[in-house]
Parts: sequence; structure tokens; C-alpha cells
Amino acid sequence: MTHVLDPGTLEAGTRPAPGSGAPFDDVTRSDAALRAFLHGLPGVDQVGAEQRAATLGTRSIKTTAKAWAIDTAISMVDLTTLEGADTPGKVRSLAAKARRPDPTDPAAPAVAAVCVYGDLAGVAVEALEGTGIHVAAVATAFPSGRASREVKLADVRDAVGNGADEIDMVIDRGAFLSGRYLEVFEEIVAVKEACGTAHLKVILETGELVTLDNARRASWLAMLAGADFIKTSTGKVSPAATLPVCLVMLEAVRDFRAATGTQVGVKPAGGIRTTKDAVKHLVMVNETVGADWLSPDWFRFGASSLLNDLLLQRQKLRTGHYSGPDHVSVD
Amino acid sequence: MTSLFEYAPAPESRSIVDVAPSYGLFVDGEFVDGSGEPMKTVNPATEEVLSEIAVGTEADVDRAVKAARRAFTRVWGPMRPADRGKYLFRIARILQERAREFAVLESLDNGKPIRESRDVDVPLAAAHFFYHAGWADKLAHAGLGPDPRPHGVAGQVIPWNFPLLMLAWKVAPALATGNTVVLKPAETTPLTALLFAEVCRQADLPPGVVNIVTGAGDTGRAVVEHEDVDKVAFTGSTEVGRSIARAVAGTRKVLTLELGGKAANIVFDDAPIDQAVEGIVRGIFFNQGHVCCAGSRLLVQESVHDEVIASLQRRIGTLRVGDPLDKNTDIGAINSAEQLARIRELSDIGEAEGAHRWQPVCELPDRGFWFPPTVFTDVSPAHRIARDEVFGPVLSVLTFRTPDEAVAKANNTTYGLSAGIWTEKGSRILAIADRLRAGVVWANTFNQFDPTSPFGGYKQSGYGREGGRHGLAAYLKESS
Repeated sequence: MTHVLDPGTLEAGTRPAPGSGAPFDDVTRSDAALRAFLHGLPGVDQVGAEQRAATLGTRSIKTTAKAWAIDTAISMVDLTTLEGADTPGKVRSLAAKARRPDPTDPAAPAVAAVCVYGDLAGVAVEALEGTGIHVAAVATAFPSGRASREVKLADVRDAVGNGADEIDMVIDRGAFLSGRYLEVFEEIVAVKEACGTAHLKVILETGELVTLDNARRASWLAMLAGADFIKTSTGKVSPAATLPVCLVMLEAVRDFRAATGTQVGVKPAGGIRTTKDAVKHLVMVNETVGADWLSPDWFRFGASSLLNDLLLQRQKLRTGHYSGPDHVSVD
Repeated sequence: MTSLFEYAPAPESRSIVDVAPSYGLFVDGEFVDGSGEPMKTVNPATEEVLSEIAVGTEADVDRAVKAARRAFTRVWGPMRPADRGKYLFRIARILQERAREFAVLESLDNGKPIRESRDVDVPLAAAHFFYHAGWADKLAHAGLGPDPRPHGVAGQVIPWNFPLLMLAWKVAPALATGNTVVLKPAETTPLTALLFAEVCRQADLPPGVVNIVTGAGDTGRAVVEHEDVDKVAFTGSTEVGRSIARAVAGTRKVLTLELGGKAANIVFDDAPIDQAVEGIVRGIFFNQGHVCCAGSRLLVQESVHDEVIASLQRRIGTLRVGDPLDKNTDIGAINSAEQLARIRELSDIGEAEGAHRWQPVCELPDRGFWFPPTVFTDVSPAHRIARDEVFGPVLSVLTFRTPDEAVAKANNTTYGLSAGIWTEKGSRILAIADRLRAGVVWANTFNQFDPTSPFGGYKQSGYGREGGRHGLAAYLKESS
């Protein structure tokens, strides 16, 4: 079996440099080798995974723990707008919200990033200058990924050229589902190269991969190809992020670090709308991969409406009473 | 595991339940004094005395059996089956309505985490009443002839590990089939049974149909040996089960026994490892391992041993041991000082015999009865921790190389209550399950219970089944 679960079992001296897929370099030498590797990963029992996710969902997070979780969740939000109707004005207003989510409380943390289409990345960069808030752009013919490799790479270069320092790419689900794993792998490698210094988030679109076995295989495939983050969904396909999918992806990054020494981030996106959902995810991170992932560098929420609910809950903790939707800004 | 995200205490309020300073016996629909010297029941998490409990003597038991006989002859036996069903439905609904009360009381008296009493014990107890309520007027279709008849008075003795749930397993089928009941709860956990007595009154159950006589071993013996008891049902240790079988031998009494276990949880190299680890944890640490069907022997294929154990240890490191009333607690208190002493003794023997003991770093409360989750590796089938039922949070890990060896080792026990198989290969599940001598075999899961599914053992794990259609047979005389 390929996976080593205890990071301590790898000698510090033999640990490969971050970013390298070693000791798995040989598994991508051919389509057959990659298929054998991915199909050799331990299976996921769906009933068991769902049960584990549900049990973690019953954790009762109160008072100080809740306050910490809300602030942490805010700082992990990739505040997102991905509409055909997006305009520079819309992006600027989102950027303003990203910098100071709660106008009534400067102590509320800023979000991690603003996520937009590539052509608007420049607007976001300008609006966020000097804040340390990242600009993420979706690319590679998002959300379907149905375009030629050249078009996809051009899309990435364009976004990077506009100043995006994080690229959210989609994998070719068609190729994945028809078993052409090496093709998917090579595409991610090519995109990673086109990213230059920009961080690469690889969207698996688990709603189209359907099974948890596929979610695990696609996670490993993306990590082997050099993903900095693995991300559940585009938000355009239902179901988007679910707790069992997130659990399987967290197990994958945990096992990948244990085997290679390289830490990869996780980003559930789409469908996370309430503070309760966000807290359930943080509990899952805490109890599956531990504190090392409890930071915006390693865990993000791709969301648009989540932020306002977090802010409302934050106000409730601060003031002791619930306010209403008019006490947070619409964007 | 981490100091970054500390869960603040989230205790369930104990004020939801009133614990009286003392309780009598529930006989013929009334609470009456017991003739024995009263005993105290304590909260195992704090050693605080919760209440003083009456102790029933032979004379008290006799009164209870007489009340049950009267109720059987005059009311419950002749009652239209559909009406008996209505009473059971009513009890089930009241259990649901008062679920929080029952859950808190169960955790107080037993030491189990509120998460389990709330999500498992109480809902399942209600489910057993709902399920059997449905059977009450359909017994002609149970496969026991056109007109199966009840035995009469059932004497039932239950253990301390699932006080309310075991009560439900016993009382629901007995009542649904037209029997009346004299029940003896466990010495250390009588409180939910006494609250159940209140539920019987609330449901207007005719007096004498359910009688609850508290006490220790002597009281239980009086119930079992009473000559007017027609049917005896016992759940508990094999040792006591054996003495009951002796006492009942040669009488007209019908007997079912649900006794100990030393279940094998078999993990093949093609198992879904992450879920298997969850199943191992659920198998042995559920209810502090105070489970007769606990997966106390992990049989893991040698080729994945290291991987599974590393993963298991990391997972155990996240278990939260402590206040049973905290909603985030995974492992509560050991039920009694006596049980704690037995767990310690067997664990020490395990170490002395050469097995390797592993326990996570975990802080245990100063007061109360506590034992950390424990894993023994390098266990040989000859070790006592591989043979004796520990009945605590102690896992013994053994290895195997081939399916045949797995089956041979799994069956190499005097018990035969349950087993688990973990593999992604469906054909292997069926082939192995067929060869395991265990009453319940779980595939890619563990410790799942449902009232529709029969439960019971092979060999020294007892005889008779509880739950499902098979469970009805224990309380009915077949007709032809």
C-alpha cells in the first residue's frame, strides 16, 4: 500500500523538497502506472464517510470557541463573484467589503482573497493594493473546462498578467471520467507552469465526479501534479461542497503530506452559506488534519453569502442579540 | 490534538431531570418501600451519590410476581392485541417527548457520554417500542402458527451498560406479545428504569403489567427462581448466565440469555482504511467498551498492520475523554469502581504477558472512575486479553496473513456474539460472514443496531434472539 500515515516515519533527511511529488515520481511515468496508482489507493466507504461527517457535525461549539471559529472562518473566506453580469464597479464594492467586512467593527478580520473572473483581476488588484488580500482568478475555461489546452493556458496567462496571485483552475472532468488520468495530470502540470509564482488551486468539481472514490483519486492526481490547493467545486454545479467530500479531501492532503512532506491546502466552495456550516468544516479540519491546516494559508471557504452570516453571528456574540440583514452590507 | 481550536465546555443542563432523594419499588402500578436495606446509586463521573434505592427481597419479588400474574390473567392477556399496541405506541411517544430527560439521567447514572445517550440509547429505546407496538396485532403472521400465545409472567434481569435500552429490548417484545413483566435493573444503574415506571403510569398502563424491582444479585436471583415466573430473560455476564441456566434447568421456565462476547473485527488489506479506523474506534470505544458485542479483538492483515495502527493511534488522539454531560465528550466514565478494577487488572496482565500497551496522552478527572482508551499490539491468541472479555476501552490487536487464518482466529473464542468484516470486495464479505460463528456480522460497519434486526449469540454468548421477528419467538408459545 502506498501510503504512509505518520509524518514521523519519514526521516527528516530524506524528506523531499516541498513542491516535489517524490516519492511518487514514478507513478506518473505512464497512463497505466498512474491508473494503477490511483486505483490502488484505499477505497472510501460512502456510508462510513457520511456517518463520520455527520458525527463531527454534532460537535457543540459555544462561546469562546465559537468566537474564535467565526473570526477564523472570516479570515479564510475567498469572497467570490463569478457572474456574467460582473462589472468593475461590482468588483470594487466587493473589494471594499473584503478589506473591512463589518463597517461597524474595525476589529473584524479581513477576508483571505477576492475571487473573480480573469478579466476583472486587474480591477481587484488595484482596489486591494497594500492590503495583503489575495486576488484569485478562475481560469482554464471555467466552469466547464471545455476548451483546448492552448485556450486554457492563454486564459491562465491572461489572469496572471492582470495581477492575480492565485489561479483557480478546473480539471478536465471528461478526461478524468473516461480514465485518461495522465491527460488530466499533464494539463495541471502545464497550468502550474503557466501560473509562475501564482498559487494554483485545482477545482475537482466533485459534483460531477460523483463518487468519493473519485474525489480521493482526483485529489491525489492534483497533488501529484503540483496543486497548492485542492478545491471541491466551481459553485456552478450541484451538489457543490459537502462535508463527506471535504472529509475525503482532507484525508488526502493529510496522507500526501505524510508521504511526501508537502502540505497542500483545501478549499470547499459553493453551498456553504451559514456560520453553522463553516464551523462544521472547521471542526472537521481540526479533527482530521489538525491545527496545521487551521489558517487561511491552508484552508479557505469559497463563498459569497457566507460572509454576511458570519458577520451577523459575530455581532450577536458581541452585542448579545441578533440584528437583521440590514446590519450587514449587501454586495 | 491542538491548542489552536479549543472547544469551550458545552454541558447539557442536568436541571432538566429531577432525581428524587430516594426511590421505592414499582409494584402493581405504585411505588412501594422495599424490605431490604436500601442501596445508593452514584454518578461514576464524580462519585456523587445520586439517590437511595430500595432493595427488593424475596417477599417483595413475590408481591411483584403476583401483581404481574393478576395483570396477565385479568387485563393484559385478555386485552385486544390492537389495544396492547396502543399502549406501546403511547410509551414510545412519551419516551421521545421526554428524551432529553432520559438522556441526561442515563449519562448521570451510567457515566456514558450524553452524545451517545442522546443519539443512540434513547432513540433506539423508543424505536424498539414503536417496532413492537406494530407487531402486537400481527402476531399471527410472525411465523409461529395462526394463534401463538404468551407465556405469562416474564422475569427479566438486565445489565448496567445500556440501562434504558436493555429495558426496552426486554419489555417491548414481552408486552407486545401479551406477557407481563417483573424487571430487575442493574444494581449500579436503576434510575432510568424508575423513570420508565413513571412513563408507564403516564401512559395509563394497567397496574401490574410492568413491575420494577431494584436490588443486587439476590433480588435478581429471587426474580429468576420465583416459581410463578414462566419465562426468564437475562442479559449480562456469562458467569451469572450460567448460574441462571442451572437454576432454571428442570423447571417449565423458558430461558433466553444474552451474555458476553469477544468479537473479532477483521480488517483486510483492501479495506476502506479511513472508515475501517472509524469502525474500530466505534467498535471498541463506543460506550467505554462496555458493550457485549464490542469489537475487542482487532484482526488486521499483516500487510496493512502498521498503516492501520498508525492511523488508529492518530484517531484515538482526537477522542475527548471527560465529563459525560459535555456534548463534545466521546468517552465517559467507567461505570463502577469494581469494573474499573477489572479493566486495570486485565490490562496489567496483558502487559505482563508481553503485549505492548499504548495509550494516548490524556488528562483524566481526579474524581470518578476513568480509564483511557487503550490499544494492545503484539497480542498473541494465547494472551488473556485476547480471550477474556475486558468490557472496557481496551483493544487487542492480532494479525493474520490469509482469509483462512482470519476465520480460524476469529472463531477461536468461547464466545460468538458479533464480528466485523472490512473489505471493499463484496464476494469476500459473503464468503467470510458465512464461516464466522457469531450471531451478528457487520460488513464495513460496526455496532449498528436496529429493532428489526435479530441480535443474539453462539456458544457462551448465550441463546435466543432479541429484536426482529426472531425476537418474538422468545416470548410466544407456538401454535399449530
